[in-house]
Amino acid sequence: MALLEVEELTVRLATARGPADAVRGVSFSLDRGQTLGLTGESGSGKSMTALAVIALLPEGARATGRVLLNGEDLLAASERRLCAVRGNRIGMIFQEPMTALDPLHSVVRQVAEPLRLHRGLSAGAARAEALRLLDRVRLADAHRSAAAYPHQLSGGQRQRVLIASALACGPDLLVADEPTTALDATTQSEILDLIAELVDEDGMALMLISHDLGVMAQNVTRTLVMYGGSIVESGPTEAVFSRLAHPYTRGLHAARPRLGVGRGKRLAAIPGTVPEIADLPPGCPFAGRCPLTIAACSAAIPPPLPVGPGHAARCIRLEAALTLPKAAD
Amino acid sequence: MELASVTQDYALPRQTLFRRPGRIVALDGVNLTVGPGRSLGIVGESGAGKSTLARLAMALERPASGTVRFMGHDLNALPHAALRGLRRHFQMVFQDPNGSLDPRQRVGWIVAEPLRAVGGLSAEDEREAIAAVLESVGLHAADRDKYPHEFSGGQRQRIAIARALITRPSLIVADEPVSALDASVQAQVLNLLQDLIAKHGVTLLLISHDLAVVDHLCEEVAVMYRGRIVEQASPERLFAAPAHPYTRLLIDSLPQLSSRPRRRPMRAASTAEAPGGCSFARRCPHVRERCRAEAPVLREVGARHLAACHFAEAIIAQPRT
Repeated sequence: MALLEVEELTVRLATARGPADAVRGVSFSLDRGQTLGLTGESGSGKSMTALAVIALLPEGARATGRVLLNGEDLLAASERRLCAVRGNRIGMIFQEPMTALDPLHSVVRQVAEPLRLHRGLSAGAARAEALRLLDRVRLADAHRSAAAYPHQLSGGQRQRVLIASALACGPDLLVADEPTTALDATTQSEILDLIAELVDEDGMALMLISHDLGVMAQNVTRTLVMYGGSIVESGPTEAVFSRLAHPYTRGLHAARPRLGVGRGKRLAAIPGTVPEIADLPPGCPFAGRCPLTIAACSAAIPPPLPVGPGHAARCIRLEAALTLPKAAD
Repeated sequence: MELASVTQDYALPRQTLFRRPGRIVALDGVNLTVGPGRSLGIVGESGAGKSTLARLAMALERPASGTVRFMGHDLNALPHAALRGLRRHFQMVFQDPNGSLDPRQRVGWIVAEPLRAVGGLSAEDEREAIAAVLESVGLHAADRDKYPHEFSGGQRQRIAIARALITRPSLIVADEPVSALDASVQAQVLNLLQDLIAKHGVTLLLISHDLAVVDHLCEEVAVMYRGRIVEQASPERLFAAPAHPYTRLLIDSLPQLSSRPRRRPMRAASTAEAPGGCSFARRCPHVRERCRAEAPVLREVGARHLAACHFAEAIIAQPRT
């Protein structure tokens, strides 16, 4: 049994235009020591999937299916039980550390909080452990900065504090939702390197959510590409980025501005826009924007078809898709 | 557009009632020239002074010292009415179309706002101008009667671009025009900007943190760090032979799709300022004694290639990782 098993997860949201599914039948599993990435654009369902895994779905969202952590179904667990799991067995890092941190408490207190809550440490012991953690995430001047408040730190330093707090109880699973999107490029690579090192040392599982294909390629061994609430392609990261089997993955890859392409060259934009979840077509969610669409695409959501070992894409025109033009790296 | 020795600083919040509030230098002696029909990109991390530069170029604030000239006029010496008349020739596109489009106004009203501010156009001409500009950014003339919320993010940014174009400006200042957009839509807007530069001969001052976006649109790139330009060259030259260690760090930080060996993470640099010397010295892997003592000036290190580093020639010669 894997550490995390997500089976047929569906998340229904109450939108202004009636109920709509933000996540549609998502299944995957993740074991200790493994790293998994979820990528896609806004509205693809990647963040909703992450929120379902940490049982923090927004008000009015209904999740069906199963989210098994160590065999226990979190979707069926009581709030009391979830409180004992979140921040303890599952550590979380969010995009904007300023909103995830409490502006009224010093950082050392916030890192110590889960230790007191979940491990029942005394104030002094929790503080000592928190200082050790802040040092471990290489907070600049860790001992002096520990007494600082979040607004006194830079974005990268705040994210280090959040990581220290997520790791405090030695979780089995670390969920990082766009952890570096709000940061500068140079800080981004420092933080990603730090996360990779800590995950490696502690042997926990990492679930990384990012819209950035480059962040996926360098930080996870397995990648899931989401579009319109479904996983349209999944596989070992290297295979996903070398084959680019699904027309959406291939289109997204070709649309990126890249260094050295040169001026005057047009980018291969994907026509149209990401559909809102209330507007998703009945069949393949990408059908409206795909160059290969045929009538059968709109009949039903395509099943995952094998591309290679452990690599599958939900596309009934897989053979044609593999011949679409591919951008260089 | 010409900026000469432009400096700008802002007051920090007062720490106590009894001490003068501190000041933070956002721009420190910046010189820049953008010729007509040219495109210049400005890159750098947050806090580098990119957006301050954009605001000064748009005459939205006055520099603490230095001059900002546009079409030969000193923007900060012009009488108010003359500046207002000149504004039709330079327009701005902001990062977040949701924040810059009034949600309670129809698209036609939003797009025509700069025209009304300039004045002197009949209702009939205004209607025609709106239709033409909406079509030039790939929208329909009929979209004028819709509200911004009826459009997707990419389309909203097209509306913002249409608003900037309607006075037929010769200069457009775009501050992170595509960073709020989804990847698949970002490419559409970049293609549009490229067409507009080519078709209308618009001069572009593009602010972006994304090196690839600047490489795609601009003929020249200026890299900013802590309020100064530390390197300036054509993108081909800059990305092939970076002369400043900061530029090199930026390029190496770009996530590549091919995997790279992991670096041992460094302890983050403290933000405390070193007095005198090079502002990048604390983070620089090649730092030497001279860097801490003497601030490097922006100087020529190659053909049409400027860099502010004492050891630029040695940095260029180093193999890229």
